[in-house]
Amino acid sequence: MSQHETEWPLWEVFIRARGGLDHRHCGSLRAPDAEMALMNARDAYTRRGEGHSIWVVKASDIVASNPDDKGSFYDPADDKVYRHPSFYQLPDEVDHM
Amino acid sequence: MSNASSQSAEEARFQARIDAEDKIEPKDWMPEAYRRTLIRQISQHAHSEYVGMLPEGNWLTRAPTLRRKAALMAKIQDEAGHGLYLYSAAETLGASRDEMYRDLLSGKAKYSSIFNYPTLTWADIGAIGWLVDGAAITNQVPLCRCSFGPYARAMVRVCKEESFHQRQGFQIMLSLAHGEPEQKAMAQDALNRWWWPSIAMFGPPDGESKHSAQSMAWKIKRHSNDELRQRFVDMTVPQADFLGLRIPDDDLKFNADTGHYETGPIDWDDFWAVVNGEGQCNTDRLAARQKAHDEGAWVRDAATAYAAKRAARKAAERIAAE
Amino acid sequence: MADHLFEYTLRLGDNCLILGQRLAEWTGHAPILEEDLALGNLGLDLLGQARAFLTYAGKVEGKGRSEDDLAFLRDAHAFRNVSLVEQPNGDFGQTMARHLLFAGWYSLVLERLTQSQDSTLAAVAEKGVKEIAYHWRHAAEWTIRLGDGTDESHRRMQSGLHQVWGYTPELFRMDETDTAMLRAGVGADLAALQPAWDARIDAVLVEASLERPSSVTRSNGKQGVHSEHLGHMLSEMQFLQRAYPGMEW
Repeated sequence: MSQHETEWPLWEVFIRARGGLDHRHCGSLRAPDAEMALMNARDAYTRRGEGHSIWVVKASDIVASNPDDKGSFYDPADDKVYRHPSFYQLPDEVDHM
Repeated sequence: MSNASSQSAEEARFQARIDAEDKIEPKDWMPEAYRRTLIRQISQHAHSEYVGMLPEGNWLTRAPTLRRKAALMAKIQDEAGHGLYLYSAAETLGASRDEMYRDLLSGKAKYSSIFNYPTLTWADIGAIGWLVDGAAITNQVPLCRCSFGPYARAMVRVCKEESFHQRQGFQIMLSLAHGEPEQKAMAQDALNRWWWPSIAMFGPPDGESKHSAQSMAWKIKRHSNDELRQRFVDMTVPQADFLGLRIPDDDLKFNADTGHYETGPIDWDDFWAVVNGEGQCNTDRLAARQKAHDEGAWVRDAATAYAAKRAARKAAERIAAE
Repeated sequence: MADHLFEYTLRLGDNCLILGQRLAEWTGHAPILEEDLALGNLGLDLLGQARAFLTYAGKVEGKGRSEDDLAFLRDAHAFRNVSLVEQPNGDFGQTMARHLLFAGWYSLVLERLTQSQDSTLAAVAEKGVKEIAYHWRHAAEWTIRLGDGTDESHRRMQSGLHQVWGYTPELFRMDETDTAMLRAGVGADLAALQPAWDARIDAVLVEASLERPSSVTRSNGKQGVHSEHLGHMLSEMQFLQRAYPGMEW
């Protein structure tokens, strides 16, 4: 084992499986830089043709909410039913909306 | 309020979430022992995928047809992928890949002892796919519902991809079993050598398994070793019959009352001897991993050095432009 | 004419098969897990193309030989791959050097073959050209990192490049088969590919701070005159088919 070795940074991988879908987190990998991270993501996470578009983000650049803030962060959204489509009753004749 | 009692309140809340089938995510509070257990289990699982590439890689360059070569290459590559998914899942718990890998190379971390057995003929590739992957899948399907989210999600992906692995192995066995006498003998010999190690893969009997009870309570594990082993045996015996091969167990019989096959006693002394270093390939497998790691060090260092150089160059360009 | 087409298709198939087999030797031994996945993809692409070409070669020949008959039952002198692809892996730098030089050339060949009058070759090339474009990118990115990484990696990459460089003149040498296939609108003008290859290789070498070697090794792999390495590789690859003749696997 080499003494001076430092581990490659960790990258999070997001893949858009088909046009029209969101990029979805699918895992992580190690890579020395962004180009290699993209290539490694292609080689590791699209072996079965799963991907149309790949995002890689350095894991250390991701800002995450704290689970302890769960209440103040998310609960206020729980009672805003008007954000959800089922709140809006439509006449039966109107479909595909 | 004492520290210990506030701790136990958190633990109670944690257990309540588990009991409610809530998934635990990396930043959630979790007992230290839960974290440690998962790191141990997931990294061991990852190491098994990584080391598991070696016995099959032993036959990749000698695969008998191009179709078999391509299927085997894809399968071994999947194992690298599965290793990566699993290392990723363990990394969400704060273990770095480097540390986990060092533990593998130092012998501190274990990998599945099944890979300490040699692959002596092409039929071993069939037997590994059929039996070893079959046993692994039996183990892994319940892990898709494991209480730790990243592990469960990794296992969903692994199980989806592994469905072809066992078929690949069974098909090899089928060709051999229906082939010339030499081929059939090769298949039988492989079954003779891989049967017992495969059913030992489920781990010691329930009474002797040291981590089982707590893992069940935490829903890391969903079924006992013996339950899973039974499931595998029940599934596999008829397949061996279909192949026209004989399972090397004189005591094997079907119990019509229970609807299950009953095997003869498993030689646990042999199992533990191989786990503890007496397998034919323990030394070779670790030596191969160590060699790849050592010989790859200059490559990994170069990429790190290049990334640093380029970042510095870009920074200098930016300053010059300002 | 059919003889030339058979010969030509064999060359394409053998290049892919032999290089794919070399990459298979890396399985489980790459510098990092991520690279095991990458090399696996490169190997699978090549093996896939080899199968398509060899199956077609057998059809063109018309003697009922399958892809496996061609892969496993020919001796070294009947293989038609360029000598470059049978060269040993060496270290990771040498493997990337070999891949850079080959993929840089082969992707140009495939681009031409997408226009081939032979519809089978054109179809295989159409699929292959996308795959090999990625091979080129992967090898180029690594060449740059190893060339411009540490002192050790620079030295190793330069030496790996030197090891395999001498086999590149063969890539551009036209022989009777190549000429016949070019005239028929089937094959590529190999000699004409040299400037484009030089330009793309030089651009990578400059970025990687590597020197362009000038070594020349006499090689005639595509006429069936190989280095000592091929025989050893075949004895391993063909072992089962040779030890158990005529069996189904």
